[in-house]
This record gives sequence, C-alpha cells and structure tokens, in this order.
Amino acid sequence: MSWFDQLYYTFIEKDGYKYIIEGFGNTLLITFGALIIGVILGVIVAVAKYYSEENPKLKIIRWVCDTYVTVIRGIPITVLLLIFFFVIFASADNGIPVAIIAFGINSGAYMAELVRSGINAIDKGQMEAARSLGLSKWQAMRNIILPQAVKNILPAIGNECIALLKETSVAGYVAVRDLTLASTLIINNTYDFVNPLLLSALIYLALVIIMTKLLSVFEKKLKRSER
Amino acid sequence: MEKIIEVKNLYKSFENVEVLRGIDIDIYRGDVLCVIGASGSGKSTFLRCLNLLEKVDSGEIKLSGEYLFKNEHKILEPKLKAAKAALKAAKKDKSTAADKLLLLEDDYRELKEEYDALYTEERDIAKYIGKNIDLLRQKMGMVFQQFNLFPHLTILRNLTLAPTMLKLATPEEANERALALLERVGLRDRANDYPNQLSGGQKQRVAIVRALCMNPEVMLFDEPTSALDPEMVGEVLDVMKELAGEGMTMIVVTHEMGFAREVANRVIFLDDGVIAEEGSPEELFDNPKSERLKSFLSKVL
Repeated sequence: MSWFDQLYYTFIEKDGYKYIIEGFGNTLLITFGALIIGVILGVIVAVAKYYSEENPKLKIIRWVCDTYVTVIRGIPITVLLLIFFFVIFASADNGIPVAIIAFGINSGAYMAELVRSGINAIDKGQMEAARSLGLSKWQAMRNIILPQAVKNILPAIGNECIALLKETSVAGYVAVRDLTLASTLIINNTYDFVNPLLLSALIYLALVIIMTKLLSVFEKKLKRSER
Repeated sequence: MEKIIEVKNLYKSFENVEVLRGIDIDIYRGDVLCVIGASGSGKSTFLRCLNLLEKVDSGEIKLSGEYLFKNEHKILEPKLKAAKAALKAAKKDKSTAADKLLLLEDDYRELKEEYDALYTEERDIAKYIGKNIDLLRQKMGMVFQQFNLFPHLTILRNLTLAPTMLKLATPEEANERALALLERVGLRDRANDYPNQLSGGQKQRVAIVRALCMNPEVMLFDEPTSALDPEMVGEVLDVMKELAGEGMTMIVVTHEMGFAREVANRVIFLDDGVIAEEGSPEELFDNPKSERLKSFLSKVL
C-alpha cells in the first residue's frame, strides 16, 4: 500500500476526516471559550488585587484573589479538569462546557498575574495625572492604566494563549473529542499510528503560527504611539 | 479679597518622618505663590497634599470655602487619653479628695464631648469628600515634574479625555477648546502626534494645556521645569508667565528663582516642614531674615 493509499484508507474510507473536523472544532471552541473567560477573570482579579492592596478594608477580597491564584496554579490542569468533570459538575453529560470553564478558570489565574505585573509596571504618575484631572479611580484604570498595561504584556499573553491551546489536548480525559482524542480514535479504527498523529501535530502547529502572526499584527498596531 | 485655598495646621508624615509640621497659609484669587526650599523640605508634599494626592494626617484644607480635608480630632486623641488615665488613677487612689475627683471627671467629660463632636463632624466631611473628591479635584489643575502625559493617546486625546469623559463638554466643544489652547502655546500642528514624539518642553506645555482644558480655579505646578533640558526651560516659563498675567491663581514649587522674583507676588520658604519665611519676592530675596534662607539663597542664586 502506497502512502497515498494509506492516507485514503485512514482519513476517507474509515471516516477519519470526520473525527478530525469535529476535533478541530472542539479544540478551537474550548481554546477561545477558555481564553475569553481567562482574560475577563484575569483582569477582574488583577484589578481587585490592585485596589485591595492600598485599602485595608478589602483584605478579604485580597485573600480570595491570592487563594484563587495559588490554588489554581498549584494544581495540574488534568487533575483540575477531572475534578470539575467528576466532582463539581458530576451530573454534566457534555464535557465541552465543563472543559471551557475548567480551562478558563485555570487560564484566569495565570492571566491575573500577567495583568497585575502589567499594571504595576505603569508609572504611578499616570494614575496621579488622571486623578488630578478629576477622573475616578475606575475611569483612570480603564482608560489610562489598563490599555498601557495590556500593550506591555501582549507578548506574554501570546505565550499564555499558545500554552492554553496545547493544554486543551488533555480534554480527552473527560471524553471531549478534541483534536488529540480524534487522532487516537482514528488510530483505534485503522491501526495507522503515523498519519493521524502527524496531521494533528501539523494542525496544532499551524494554529500556533496563525496565533503568533495575529498577535504580532495587533502588537504593531498598538505600538504606533512609540515611534 | 477672596480666599481660594485655606490651609490650617497641616501635618503629614511618611512612616516615621514628619515631612510637614503645621503649615498655615491662605491663598487668594489671582495669587502667584512660589514655594521655595531645599530638597526634602516638604515643598512637593505640600503641593500634593493640597490636591489630596497624598493622604494628609491632620489639619484643615479648604477650597473656595468648602472643606477638602479636616481632621483635628486626632490631635485631641493624646489629650483625651491623658485625661482618661488621670481620672482612672485618681479613682484608684482612695485618698483623692471628692472635689478633685469631680474636677477631673468634668475635665474628661468636656474633652470627650469636644472630641465626639469633632469626630462626628469630621467623619461627615470625610464621607462627603470621599464621594466628591473627583469633582473637587477638577477645580485644581496639576502640572507634574515628569509631565505624565498619557503615552498611548494622541496629544488631542490627552487634552479632551477628561472634559468629555466627565461630561463637562461635548466632544466638539472639547476639541475646539483644546485646539485653541494648543494654538496659544504654539503646538496646534502637533495635535495628532503622540507624546513621545515631542521634546520635553513641548510635553510640559501640553501638560499645562491639559490641566487648563478643565477650566481650573487654581493651577498647581510641581517643579515644572526640573526635568527639562536648560534650553527648554524658557518656553515653559513663558507659558506660565502668560498664564499668571491673565490672573490665574497659581501655586508653583520651583527652583527657578528668576521666575519667582519676576512673576510671583508671594513667596514662601519651606524649611524642615514649616513655613520659615513668607513675603513678597523682594522681601525674601533682597532681605532674607533667617540664616537658613540666607544660606539657601547663597547656594541657589
């Protein structure tokens, strides 16, 4: 059997392409769903931490944020995913939403630290200038501090996105048919080990390259003010 | 004359270092007040306290007759504690005469009443200020040593952000006003550039315009020319002179003695957290009374 015959057998005759398409879709869905949750959570936690650091009355909020970051960063994502699927959402029959939530909450902890470091890197004078103009703390945060912070941490956010995409390959643990699980399912059907793994690897690689390109375009756009 | 800012008994310390130790001064409409003093004398801290960018420990600040800050109950605290301790000791000691005990009790009660009244009044003021601080700050424009322009926004947006966000002007009005003011400082053609494309002197002129766009009643300048190359100091001082000429009330922390002598109508010399000398520029520069001022002037002039 030539390589092309093998490809035809694996992906067409045995319906491998269907698994791949489904897996590709699920991987993208989980990645972007988790990314949105992660960014929102990350910004909220980072801002909450920023405010609670200067106000002793908000000690509880600070404690909650610290605990969240410590606990989530201390648990392997696979274990976290299993806990979410079998313990917290034990009655769920569809793993995809559970995976989105689990990956999102996981990513949020890392994003929070990223955003916090971004906020801390902005000169204190920026906040003071904004406040001296009469902007409230929140208006200053949203219009002056966060845009600059995000710009500075964009490369690191890119890394986090890439890590997240690749981490979703463990979603198969909770029976979500992502790209990785799809390739193992094809292997089971066809005993062809090489091509399904090669294809899924190539797809991951292509996705990462696209993400990197998109980010660098975005970064260039934001860099305009630094000429 | 109308008082714009009244400061009474202002105290401020960082950790255990007392930076301001009882500042009293009234500033009238149209005043150009220059604050001079050695570094570490508390000049910048004083200015930042007026704007409540620093948390004041105790004292009183009024802006146009309205409290910006009032905290005097803290000063009473040690007295109250002492009276309480004295009363307790007297009660324990059985030999104390009844009338003396009564006297101490009266003392304590009086003090406590005064303290409670102040505490309630000041708590209400603090609450009111906490809610309205942003509104009150709008009346005071501030210019920083390091310019602190927003680097991610164009010059025009730097100027219009606050007025439009705070709904003081429509975007069109804000743009018009910003461009008119930029024209006056000779930077209209840079409206769509970003701050990092400007020189230091240009940045500081933009920063002054940014504060002016809010139509402030008072302008605070925190060493506006200290971060500039020498050849750019003049252009910034010119803008400030013009502003003073128009009758703007200004408080300027500065090392530019020439500017202070020429433009200010009042100068204060801060030394070790208090106003060591105060008067017209002629009085201070030509007839310094204290040794400290004499030695300071000999170093900077």
